[in-house]
Amino acid sequence: MSEVIVITSGKGGVGKTTTTANLGVGLAKRGKNVVLIDTDTGLRNLDLLLGLENRIMYDLVDVTEGRVPYKKALVRHKKYETLFLLPTSQIKDKSAVNPAQLMVLCDELRKQYDYVIIDCPAGIEQGFKTAIAAADRAIVVTMPEVSAVRDADKIIGELGRAEKDNISLIVNRIRPQMVESGDMMDMSDIDDILSIKCIGQVPDDEMVVTSANRGEPLVGNPKSQAGRAYDNIVRRILGEEVPFMTFEKDGLFTRLKKAFGM
Amino acid sequence: MLDSLLSMFKKEKSGKVAKKRLQMVLIQDRASVSPEVMEKLRDDIIQVISKYMVINKSDMEISLENVEDSVALVANIPVQNMRHH
Repeated sequence: MSEVIVITSGKGGVGKTTTTANLGVGLAKRGKNVVLIDTDTGLRNLDLLLGLENRIMYDLVDVTEGRVPYKKALVRHKKYETLFLLPTSQIKDKSAVNPAQLMVLCDELRKQYDYVIIDCPAGIEQGFKTAIAAADRAIVVTMPEVSAVRDADKIIGELGRAEKDNISLIVNRIRPQMVESGDMMDMSDIDDILSIKCIGQVPDDEMVVTSANRGEPLVGNPKSQAGRAYDNIVRRILGEEVPFMTFEKDGLFTRLKKAFGM
Repeated sequence: MLDSLLSMFKKEKSGKVAKKRLQMVLIQDRASVSPEVMEKLRDDIIQVISKYMVINKSDMEISLENVEDSVALVANIPVQNMRHH
């Protein structure tokens, strides 16, 4: 059974694309055939996070407008051979692809791949509506900040109106130190507010930046807490019961080093 | 001076404040309905009530109102006559 999952958030900058890249790599590492579709037309970045920016020949719009078959536009990952990217156009805008076109494409992809993961643009306009149209399941990414949580709630409402009922939540960029001192909401607070089941909590981790710098998603990297958190999410998507991790907090020494910029 | 010192100790942690504020604002957000939906709701209500009563459609009012920490659908529908079945 293949599954089409949309990664969405409402608010920009909460980590939709990072999440898409990590889940894609994580699922491929576990032997699944995966296609990632970037639907953020005009502002494409998924290629960059995957390190595939120099290998793009055709894009989503070429496929939906019938200029090339989808197979021609898919970019196979260098390292993970069961992972493919369908990049979007950097020149066109969101009106270039409509919901019906994406549904037709996803129905084709379902026959060949275990997972189709759609990276949704920010906002609730046409780009969002196109991105969610074909999805069996939605993962809403949010952050423990008031604006991100409010926007997540709006998105959850919109998904409900579109009759997308399988929704789960990822709380990204948690700062354990701030949670401990009471200055940041934790996963259970956000759970209470949104009443949506959480499929993962990811700590704010500098290695997310360095891995983006290199175009190598950090899922499964044992040295990174975010890497381990993403791997746990992958396992939960595959149906495993994985307990939520407790975050290691920086020790006094690390905090001092950070304070002095070392 | 003493007050501000006391309030420093009593001051609620910002995480808690965030949660409370979100819970309040989301009640309002979730209850806000687009004018089109409101119009449809109004038409449906008219249809149902008209089965039993003759109502003054032009003077009827329906709205969503925040009552403390919940939301109420408030309708004011002038009845002109009963229909007898």
